[in-house]
Amino acid sequence: MNWMKYRPFYLVLSVFMIALSFYGIIRWSINLGVDFLGGAMIEYSFSEDVSTEDVSSSLNEEGFDVASVQVIGDGNILIRLAEVDTKSRERIKEILGELDGGEVVEVRYESVGPSIGPELIKKTVYAVIISAGGILIWVALQFRSLRFGVSAILAMFHDSFILVGSSSILGYFFGMEVDFLFVTALLTTLSFSVHDTIVVYDRIREIRRKRGGEFDDIANRAISETMRRSINNSVTIILMLLALVILGGTSTRWFALALLVGTVLGTYSSPFVAVPLLVTWGEVAEKFKRVYNKKV
Amino acid sequence: MYRKTGRRIVVILIITLVSLYISLPNIIPVKINYKDKSIVDTVLKKRFLANDLRLGLDLIGGSYLVFEVNTSDISLEKRADALSSLKDVMEKRVNLFGIAEPNIQISSFEGRDRIIVELPGVRDTKEAIELIGKTAQLTFAEVVEPAEEGEEASLAITDLTGADLIDSEVGFDQVSGKPMVVVRFNDEGKEKFSKLTEKNINKPLPIILDGQVISAPVVQDKIDGGTAQISGDFTLDEAKDLSIQLNAGALPASVELISERTVGATLGRESVEKSVRAGVVGLLFVLVFMAVFYGKLGLVADIGLIIFGLITLSLYKLIPVVLTLPGIAGFLLSVGMAVDSNILIFERFREERRGGVNIIYALETSFDRAWDSIKDANIATLLTAFVLANPLNWNFLHTSGPVRGFAITLALGIGISLFTGIFVSRNLLRYFIREGSDNK
Repeated sequence: MNWMKYRPFYLVLSVFMIALSFYGIIRWSINLGVDFLGGAMIEYSFSEDVSTEDVSSSLNEEGFDVASVQVIGDGNILIRLAEVDTKSRERIKEILGELDGGEVVEVRYESVGPSIGPELIKKTVYAVIISAGGILIWVALQFRSLRFGVSAILAMFHDSFILVGSSSILGYFFGMEVDFLFVTALLTTLSFSVHDTIVVYDRIREIRRKRGGEFDDIANRAISETMRRSINNSVTIILMLLALVILGGTSTRWFALALLVGTVLGTYSSPFVAVPLLVTWGEVAEKFKRVYNKKV
Repeated sequence: MYRKTGRRIVVILIITLVSLYISLPNIIPVKINYKDKSIVDTVLKKRFLANDLRLGLDLIGGSYLVFEVNTSDISLEKRADALSSLKDVMEKRVNLFGIAEPNIQISSFEGRDRIIVELPGVRDTKEAIELIGKTAQLTFAEVVEPAEEGEEASLAITDLTGADLIDSEVGFDQVSGKPMVVVRFNDEGKEKFSKLTEKNINKPLPIILDGQVISAPVVQDKIDGGTAQISGDFTLDEAKDLSIQLNAGALPASVELISERTVGATLGRESVEKSVRAGVVGLLFVLVFMAVFYGKLGLVADIGLIIFGLITLSLYKLIPVVLTLPGIAGFLLSVGMAVDSNILIFERFREERRGGVNIIYALETSFDRAWDSIKDANIATLLTAFVLANPLNWNFLHTSGPVRGFAITLALGIGISLFTGIFVSRNLLRYFIREGSDNK
């Protein structure tokens, strides 16, 4: 099958997704959680149901700066506030105890100082730069060509950027929050994306060595031959993740969903981003060479 | 080549059985009922290799505390010492709580010095925070003779405190060569210490850190020079320990709690139950998918996958790996990669078979050729996992927390999947295919 013929279509699709991501990030920004912004998050369980309105109004009356109150999981209440000290943490529990919710138990408490978020971002950026650099070198050495490495890395950034973009859209419409776990999902997507791309590259290398021929023919063959494997492999990962989304706890639901989006993107980008880039790069380089040779 | 297969199958069998044994819970209740009568009702206990699976704070509940250390008053070259002294003090305080397996580490990043304290299973975080976050208090005391006979001697706190100390270090006695601790005082401390020693010749002068006497040297003579030597029958480690404690009091760096994560035990247990259930269901789906899609080959891959699961679980117990929610995600991803190795090989096998080659030849070539892809792809993933796990503890990368937990299980999973995907699956297939052709 001539996959490379439809390159303009893949380009349009990728540009559309990237543009949508940009739009989402600019329009709705990213719904950052306490891990990044600082602040406090407390989860309580009540033996009787209470309404979120009662919780927020009773806390507001006492002068607490409540950012949001929501019901999560099996009727637990999650409260987000600006920074909280030990005293006000105790006071909040007292106030909630006076509502008709029966026994109140604090099941989770997170308080994050404002300096933690920037540090988390910086460390993650360093980690991404180092691993991207390492992968670039490894792929370039393994396939004896810089363009293999660069195309793989570009596809990898394509996937992670769109994942960040989807988190913005999911955040605006469905209340997904970007936290520590999202960072982990992003990093997983990076490695999965490259993993998948290398399998296709490997086939390209093998066909080139055995049969040779025009590069775009080789690329088409390689994609056709690895397509079933790509899909089957993704299906197994998607099965695992779907189970985690549906059956897993609330604390991992968004995380599993982000991994799911990342898996789909990582699978898509290998044949439809990395390889087209590779082929186009080769063609452009060829043209330059011809023009240059003519001049000489 | 095929003669070795039998022996390798035995190796695989042994590894599987050993991992199965380690993976089993340490205590197994056994109950057998026959016609409403209980025949066997006993509890099996493991005697060897009874390692427990270690769960992280997000799974068993507990507190993760980040203290920021105010090191601005401490000169750059002394900062590292001050931090390790402080860590030492905190460790002692945590031990007072009797918490099992606390983890305390120093994290310095871009001029910010922090101490991260992990307290699994702690209930009263308020009390723990107050105790751990206290600034170290070092004071010298005098022994007060009892007014009446028969009463015990008491201690009287003096005005000589950690603030009067410059620092302390380990030295060696010039005559005996034994280790000792040298304490240096500042000008004010020099005065106070001189008076104190004059008053207490031939009496002990207890040094108190955080309300505990850490040393009670006997004053030999009045000391004017501002430098004191504490000698005794110290081993080198004891001298170092005392010096660290004195330094902790000499540089009373104040700490501030900047972050806290506390997970209640019930929430943690729910997370474990749900994640395990999701994992089992997901794994079953994958097993069924492989069997449906690849038939007998898929069944062999399924056996390989189960062995993968057993080996992984045993290594988690043996190393031990502290399992967290992101760690479970790392494991799930590595399951995906383990399955991927098999899919790569089987797709290859189908291609070769379509080319009309003999089944044994097709099997061997598909393993050999798929190995290139598997190796290249997995090394790239291992590279990422290595950077994220940060085994060399570089300060500019993640030194704790969820990202690291994820990377460790991912890296381990890839390593094991290379073994099960290639060695286990290949030999099992060789075995079954040979048996199959013998029967024909």
